[in-house]
Amino acid sequence: MENKMETRKLSVYYKNFQALYSVDLPIQKNAVTALIGPSGCGKSTFLRALNRMNEVIEGTRVEGEVLLDGKNIYDPRVDPVALRKKVGMVFQKPNPFPMSIFDNVAYGPRIHGIKKKTDLEQIVHKSLAAAALWDEVKDRLYKSALGLSGGQQQRLVIARVLAVEPEVILMDEPASALDPISTAKLEDLIHQLKQNYTIVIVTHNMQQAARVSDYTGFFLNGELIEYNTTTAIFTAPREKRTEDYITGRFG
Amino acid sequence: MDKGLAGIYENLVKYLLGIVAVTSVLILLLIFYFLIREGAGLFSHVSLPGFIFGTEWLPDAEPPRFGALPLITGSLVVTTGAGIIAISIGIGIAVFLAEVAPRSVREVAKAVIELLAGIPSVVYGFLGLTVLAPLIKDMLNLPSALCAFTASIVLGIMALPTVVSISEDALDAVPREYREASLALGATKWETTWRIVVPSARSGLLAASMLGLGRAIGETMAVLMVAGNATLIPHSIFDPVRTITADIAAEMGETVHGGLHYQALFGLGIVLFSITFFINMVTDIVFARTSSKRGAS
Ligand SMILES: Nc1ncnc2c1ncn2[C@@H]1O[C@H](COP(=O)(O)OP(=O)(O)OP(=O)(O)O)[C@@H](O)[C@H]1O
Ligand SMILES: [Mg+2]
Repeated sequence: MENKMETRKLSVYYKNFQALYSVDLPIQKNAVTALIGPSGCGKSTFLRALNRMNEVIEGTRVEGEVLLDGKNIYDPRVDPVALRKKVGMVFQKPNPFPMSIFDNVAYGPRIHGIKKKTDLEQIVHKSLAAAALWDEVKDRLYKSALGLSGGQQQRLVIARVLAVEPEVILMDEPASALDPISTAKLEDLIHQLKQNYTIVIVTHNMQQAARVSDYTGFFLNGELIEYNTTTAIFTAPREKRTEDYITGRFG
Repeated sequence: MDKGLAGIYENLVKYLLGIVAVTSVLILLLIFYFLIREGAGLFSHVSLPGFIFGTEWLPDAEPPRFGALPLITGSLVVTTGAGIIAISIGIGIAVFLAEVAPRSVREVAKAVIELLAGIPSVVYGFLGLTVLAPLIKDMLNLPSALCAFTASIVLGIMALPTVVSISEDALDAVPREYREASLALGATKWETTWRIVVPSARSGLLAASMLGLGRAIGETMAVLMVAGNATLIPHSIFDPVRTITADIAAEMGETVHGGLHYQALFGLGIVLFSITFFINMVTDIVFARTSSKRGAS
């Protein structure tokens, strides 16, 4: 297995508050890496450091390195805009734009210079199909995306990310607002996507982490406590704190 | 609160709101009725088309002539000019404040702008007369700078705080999630602003523009001081004009209650009222169109 991404001594600060302490974590290519840990332990912070979305928040500072294909993304020569095209992100709350379903998915490709209607139609179709949403929305592509259910919105947002053809997809608790059926669909989707993409997913749901991921990292108070294959973490954790957390004894 | 009480409370609120809504419509109708009652007598002397399309406004001539077209064009020209200035610059400033400026700058600027909105219009008129007009006169080499152009600038500046302040609020209210989603897709800050934030705030921006226009078309004192006050149809924006509001203010004092001139001024009131009403209607329709097309909820 090869590392698609890797963090080296990654620390993140919000003004004076240190949210992450020197985290070293590999992210394997074409695999799903799950990040687990109690609320406030720094999972979202870590995720946002992987595509420099933390820079959007005033007063954040980063130390250490984040490598993408061996190159540090915090190198001053790296353009964050180009980076985010390669490392896409799905947020906790589904956040479609207040426009039509078609325009939502076509937004990224349009930004990146694709103008031809037939090209856009093709991309939209392909992305919606890949996100397992095409059949449900093919008759209402030009209707508002805000009329979709929460689960459909979350898959739309994934389709929107897929449309810019990223290499890595970061997902921050993508199922937290979804019912069990939508969640199951989303998990199926993640399973299929990993053939072509590298996926990092934050989740509070232990069963979900166990079901969808190949590798798991356990965070506590801004530190990475343990990282291993998901099987190992859930069957034979090395750390007592990991075991306590996954068996529900705290957090 | 138990269920019965809550129900009563809810009904009470519903009735109260209903009464308020009906009252405001009633007041509007009463104003319109009053304008018509006071102005109707005019039309036994002048026909309606003669009044609206007549090109001579000479209330003191013998016989007096009441052609309102110069005043109507005056109002439209000045308001359009002021609207273009206030809306384009105002939304520009609002975008800068909401999206680009650091927080400290934004807080100070907002406070200053709210202060500006509270300055009485005479002060704007006075500054326009003593500072802006001489400046424009020298710069453009005009015989007199008391004209539609100067009036538009003064009114535009006056309406600016309203437009900026409401637009800024509208832009600020666009959820952070939209911006983040756009940035995370590899859009630049600039693309995010123009393709996501501004369109998402469009209803607020439209409201800001309408209030700005409303402020401009209804303004009297400032425009009376700087527009030149000639009751002629302007051929260029550098011609002096008189607006409907300025005319009413300037002449009301010299009319006899119930006289022909008095009735003519009320006729002007009806015209002004109709223009405002028309602008509001068009906005509503345009807005309903664009929002259903863009698929906002
Ligand atoms: N914008 C911010 N400014 C200051 N501190 C922040 C900010 N965002 C997060 N933090 C702090 O950083 C720490 C880590 O937050 P983070 O959001 O990464 O946690 P998390 O693991 O994602 O939690 P959750 O599971 O609740 O989403 C927390 O202590 C939080 O209070
Ligand atoms: Mg989080």
